[in-house]
Amino acid sequence: MQQIIVSGVGGQGVLFITKLLAETALEQGYSVLISETHGMAQRGGNVISHLKIADGGSVEGMSSPLVRPGKADVLLALHPDAVKAHGFYLKPDGTVISNVPDSEGKHSLNASRIAEDLGAPIAANLVLLGFAVGSGALFCGAEQLEGTLRRLGGKRLELSLKAFRAGAGEALKSRD
Amino acid sequence: MTTRKILLGNEAIAIGLVESACTMATSYPGTPASEVLGTLVQIKKEEGLPLHLEWSINEKVAFEVALANSFAGRRSAAIMKQVGLNVAADPLMSAAYTGVKGGFVLVVADDPGPHSSQTEQDSRLLGMMAKVPVLDPSSPMEARDMLPQGFALSERFEIPVMFRPTTRVCHARQDMEMKPLSPAHSIAQFEKNPARWAATPKFRLVLHGQLNGKLAEIAEEPSLAPKLLNPGISTPPHGSRLCIVASGVVLAHAMEIMRDLGLWEKIPVYQVTMPFPLSPKFRDSILAQYDKVLVLEESYPVMELQFQNREKVQGRTTGTVPSAGELLPERVEDILRTFAQLPPAPRVEPPTFPGRRPTLCAGCPHRASFYAIRKAFPKGIYPSDIGCYTLGVNLGAVDTVLCMGASISQAAGFYHAYRSVPQEEAPAICATIGDSTFFHAGIPALINAVVQGARFVLTILDNSTTAMTGHQPTPGFGSTLDGTPVPQLSIPELVKACGVGFVEVEDPYKLDAFTDLLKKADLHTRSEGGGVAVVIARRPCIMDRNQRGSWVRQEMAVNEKCKACGLCVKQFECPALQSQGEKEPVRIDPALCTGCGVCRFVCPHGALEAVSSTP
Ligand code: SF4
Ligand code: SF4
Repeated sequence: MQQIIVSGVGGQGVLFITKLLAETALEQGYSVLISETHGMAQRGGNVISHLKIADGGSVEGMSSPLVRPGKADVLLALHPDAVKAHGFYLKPDGTVISNVPDSEGKHSLNASRIAEDLGAPIAANLVLLGFAVGSGALFCGAEQLEGTLRRLGGKRLELSLKAFRAGAGEALKSRD
Repeated sequence: MTTRKILLGNEAIAIGLVESACTMATSYPGTPASEVLGTLVQIKKEEGLPLHLEWSINEKVAFEVALANSFAGRRSAAIMKQVGLNVAADPLMSAAYTGVKGGFVLVVADDPGPHSSQTEQDSRLLGMMAKVPVLDPSSPMEARDMLPQGFALSERFEIPVMFRPTTRVCHARQDMEMKPLSPAHSIAQFEKNPARWAATPKFRLVLHGQLNGKLAEIAEEPSLAPKLLNPGISTPPHGSRLCIVASGVVLAHAMEIMRDLGLWEKIPVYQVTMPFPLSPKFRDSILAQYDKVLVLEESYPVMELQFQNREKVQGRTTGTVPSAGELLPERVEDILRTFAQLPPAPRVEPPTFPGRRPTLCAGCPHRASFYAIRKAFPKGIYPSDIGCYTLGVNLGAVDTVLCMGASISQAAGFYHAYRSVPQEEAPAICATIGDSTFFHAGIPALINAVVQGARFVLTILDNSTTAMTGHQPTPGFGSTLDGTPVPQLSIPELVKACGVGFVEVEDPYKLDAFTDLLKKADLHTRSEGGGVAVVIARRPCIMDRNQRGSWVRQEMAVNEKCKACGLCVKQFECPALQSQGEKEPVRIDPALCTGCGVCRFVCPHGALEAVSSTP
């Protein structure tokens, strides 16, 4: 079972990232349970998704749609505030993958700048997702996730793929 | 081959309604219930189902429309959020007595937390007051499966059934198996029976007696009986015998935590899917078998009160379970540990980080309206209402938010309160209400204000949609959900028909002209023979995909005149305007700026300018 928190502010595409992860998990035969933020907070407030992925059919051990504090394996922090706001969900040896202006360490990245340079400031979330999967933090591989993105990508698919791959590329760089 | 799909709780509910052969669904949008009807609209389009679907003008109307369909023998659902049920409480109480014919399910979504509501009220308690059975699903999948049961129960006992999910069911997602959907056919057949459908008080007494009889039978209905989820636990040789009785999503939290703590094999857990009426047989057997009973439910003590036992039963009435706030899994863990006498959990404290407050979108026309209101009436009283524009509180232009439509009645109340104060000293009163909220509950309040001689400025923030809940159409839309053209209601004409003598429309993006209009409206309220003055701020919602391309996009730039005073950031609060530090000029974030150009009028130094414009 993997428990993932996706955190950002309204309008950053937290729901879309969560959807990509969930659909990928389903494709691989896992079961998923998710909790989303809708309503008032979507207007620029802190937005969070809880995502739990477990072996297919095993509802055992997974019934609550919410992650408890100190239990998340991964925190995808789309906004610099996200760690401050939702870092407490992470377990002691969990991984934070964060979008910050000044990258420090191998798990953070200025995804917003990379997205702006690609001419798609809105795709910072996909840069970070690519980075997360590239660093091996997630239950799946980059190809599987890219396949889902292709299926769900919509109108701006080419740009989205570019952003996703740019993030994955950064992860390879920081690995060497 | 079966396919699995990940469904939002509200989508699962919509599918459950179709799978129950429901023929009509009516709703008024409200978080967390809004996506149910939206999904039905989509399914209807894709599958070509013969369903009548409508976004009704308010919840009371939605309830009554769907109820008549049920009187005609057809399965129906009315869908709303918990505070919407307050508006529909009147028909609910009465419909419990008359009963129904075709299955009638009232889907009402509660919002413990609250996340997007003015209260944490528990609709199940209103179900109890109305004397209708209540079903309480604990997951999206269960919600879908429970609906056919709800309709069957409703039809068998000819009684409205309340189906009560909470935010964590509505806005959870879960993978589940999909089946082909098939259309429901049922012919309308209304059988006249005035003693029932039009019962006078004398017959109402008879109906009440019948209702009590139905409830007593429903309470012991075997298909809805509470279930022991972890059978085979032996009684402890010494110490007290414990058990847990739970319903809704709190049960889902508790199950996972109990497995984690090794309590699943030790303490019996009973799931109650119908918290009202709680089976008296179940109650008695629980009280006979156990010494301590922990009741877990959201958000008020509904099952707990029906246990009527203060020695053995623990919950909100004993202070074991907190009486306010959502029962998050971490809180449930603390309660379970105390109940099972385990050591407290190692505490992971959430940070004191205040979090970002929600704000109106960049380019939102409401921001311009509120800014103008502050400017026109710096010392005014600002009653407001429910919608995105509640966020005008950030701009200091919202003083009260009570419930749908209250802005207008409260503006009238404030006017009468200050009536004895000399006119020069009386504060300006400027109420704000959105177009959808005005249709929902504002019209009677406006008529009342006019005929009671109140005087104030009412600004109707007309963005031609119900924005907060996902852009549902309003009566100003001019077509039904099927695309059939219907009369398009005009707000100015309606306002005039309510007896208002001053009605003017202006675009709030033209900030200066709009501010002047507000001042003119205020003069009308103070003039001889004046009264309520209505200003309609008309400008489509910037996020509404159905009404695009209606403004000239300004390419904005910050010039050298910026004094870094921060006024635009603090008082106008457009998310695209960002402070870069104390002595630095502000920056316009190109990813967020919509080019509305309103900030041009805000900067007193002329530092924000339009460099070009594109239509
Ligand atoms: S743009 Fe104008 S209002 Fe904003 S900080 Fe600069 S000088 Fe002040
Ligand atoms: S033009 Fe000014 S007010 Fe409008 S969105 Fe851009 S920065 Fe905000």
